[in-house]
Amino acid sequence: MSIKMERKQYLEDLCKHFRIALIELLHQIQTGHPGGSLSATEMITTLYFEKMNIDPENAKWEERDRFVLGKGHAAPMLYLALAEKGFFPKEDMATLRQLNSHLQGHPCAKKTCGVELSTGPLGLGLPAALGMALAAKLDQKDYFTYVLIGDGESQEGIIWEAAMSAAKFKVDNMIAILDDNGVQLDGTTDEIMPMGDIAAKWKSFGWHVMTINGHNIEEISDAIDGAKTVKGVPTIIIAKTVKGKGISFMEGKNTWHGKPIGDAECTQALAELGGALNG
Amino acid sequence: MADKKAIRDAYGEVLAKLGEENDNIIALEADVGSSSKSILFGKKYPDRYFNVGIAEANMAAMAAGFAAAGKIPFVNTFAAFMVLRAGDPVRSLIAYTNLNVKLAGTYAGLSDSYDGASHHAIADIAFMRALPNMTVISVADAVETELATRAAAAFEGPVYLRLSRAEVPIIFNKENYHFEIGKGVLLTQGDDVTIAATGYMVQKAVEAAERLKANGVRARVVNMHTIKPIDRELLIRCARETGAVVTVEEHNIYGGLGSAAAEVLSKEYPVPMEVVGIEDTFTESGDYEQLLKKYGLSVENIMHSVKKIMKRKRS
Repeated sequence: MSIKMERKQYLEDLCKHFRIALIELLHQIQTGHPGGSLSATEMITTLYFEKMNIDPENAKWEERDRFVLGKGHAAPMLYLALAEKGFFPKEDMATLRQLNSHLQGHPCAKKTCGVELSTGPLGLGLPAALGMALAAKLDQKDYFTYVLIGDGESQEGIIWEAAMSAAKFKVDNMIAILDDNGVQLDGTTDEIMPMGDIAAKWKSFGWHVMTINGHNIEEISDAIDGAKTVKGVPTIIIAKTVKGKGISFMEGKNTWHGKPIGDAECTQALAELGGALNG
Repeated sequence: MADKKAIRDAYGEVLAKLGEENDNIIALEADVGSSSKSILFGKKYPDRYFNVGIAEANMAAMAAGFAAAGKIPFVNTFAAFMVLRAGDPVRSLIAYTNLNVKLAGTYAGLSDSYDGASHHAIADIAFMRALPNMTVISVADAVETELATRAAAAFEGPVYLRLSRAEVPIIFNKENYHFEIGKGVLLTQGDDVTIAATGYMVQKAVEAAERLKANGVRARVVNMHTIKPIDRELLIRCARETGAVVTVEEHNIYGGLGSAAAEVLSKEYPVPMEVVGIEDTFTESGDYEQLLKKYGLSVENIMHSVKKIMKRKRS
């Protein structure tokens, strides 16, 4: 049940488009987090443009799939996907992080159409997604709740509180994806707080664990399809990724967690990505 | 002697009744269900009862998810831990997004008396009041507990319900007591001074007013069950008609009812004020009533504050 070649090509082109748009945007506004947006690009794109059952014309449709961005600092990539999908005009992207914008530095469900849950303080997305998934079960609704968490984020204790709860309540209608990019604000995760055998940790908490290349659309697609068939236990897809993916001087560098992009850096980044969008 | 009933029992019973009346109500608990009495709901509706273990932050964040999906979650733990452990999701998910979550903080004030200062909640009103979108209610007896819990369930938006472990004399008559969020209640008529009290201290304020009659002081008592939004109109009217206001609460003198009243009156109608509460100190273990007395939350101390303010008023 692998993804069709033309769909794969379409999604890959979309990812390239989002990366270029991200660099141009963050260069323009001189604020925001490039690194964690670039590692999550393929996962967010595959969810929004291939997997999730959503309707921008009816954003609060009760049967819709839900997505929660646990690692809220990847907001720019989420907003790019939402705008492309049609939840709000693409022109709004230029107002990101500016006064009177509906696009906050971190996702705000009150302000932005399509954002399901306000996130930013790390660790809160997973337990909240768990609440949404349990509500779906009570209401006998078939929607899935997806939650993308970071590896640095997994240092928060509440992640493991939620991990225990998800197993206890047998939540199989929520799929967690770990953006395992190995880098956090102050350094690599190995330097700052080694995460050890992360797959073994999740397994020991009672979860079904899958490990994939988080930049490979086909693997992401297959993993999500597979996770949906798992019954009685929660599933986490550990997606091995590269922070700053696609831009040589950003890849694997903690300094690009939230650094403004200079003019020369922007030019080089766009050249590596295959050129600017508008010229 | 009035009948007594524990506030936590009244809460647990009404929560279970609400569960019967509304399928959308669910309850979350962090392993103190036998204390908070949320267990009464859990026994009747096990499918809608989520005991997450000793993980208060996780519980509040899950509640946010439930609310985002249309449920009306009641979150149960000790008031101290609702603020200190669950404070992040309470602020960042529930208040920020104005989610329809009810936070039932039991054992508030010093009511978990023997467990000591670690378990006493004396800063919860200050924290909850400082969160935009949050409504803060503090109940005085079993009747008010039932009405306030029902009002919170019917209200759209986050509510902090400040509950108590204590067995409290029933001071209100269920047949004619009108509870409305944001509206204080006049309990005793008087024109010399206003005593504005909340929670367990309401009964002590009523008793103080009764005893002050012998001193020729006619004290008006109002029950400020809602601390946010505070009943500005009532406070201003009381200040105008009595010329002095004493606030009484089982909370630190900083950030609670006294602060809320002073914020209104200093701007709208300044009159002499006294704030009766815990004098910015950590408390200790002990018998509840003895503790209240030691930390200034006694009928005698309310009377003392009234006498002090009467002198200020005359000078």
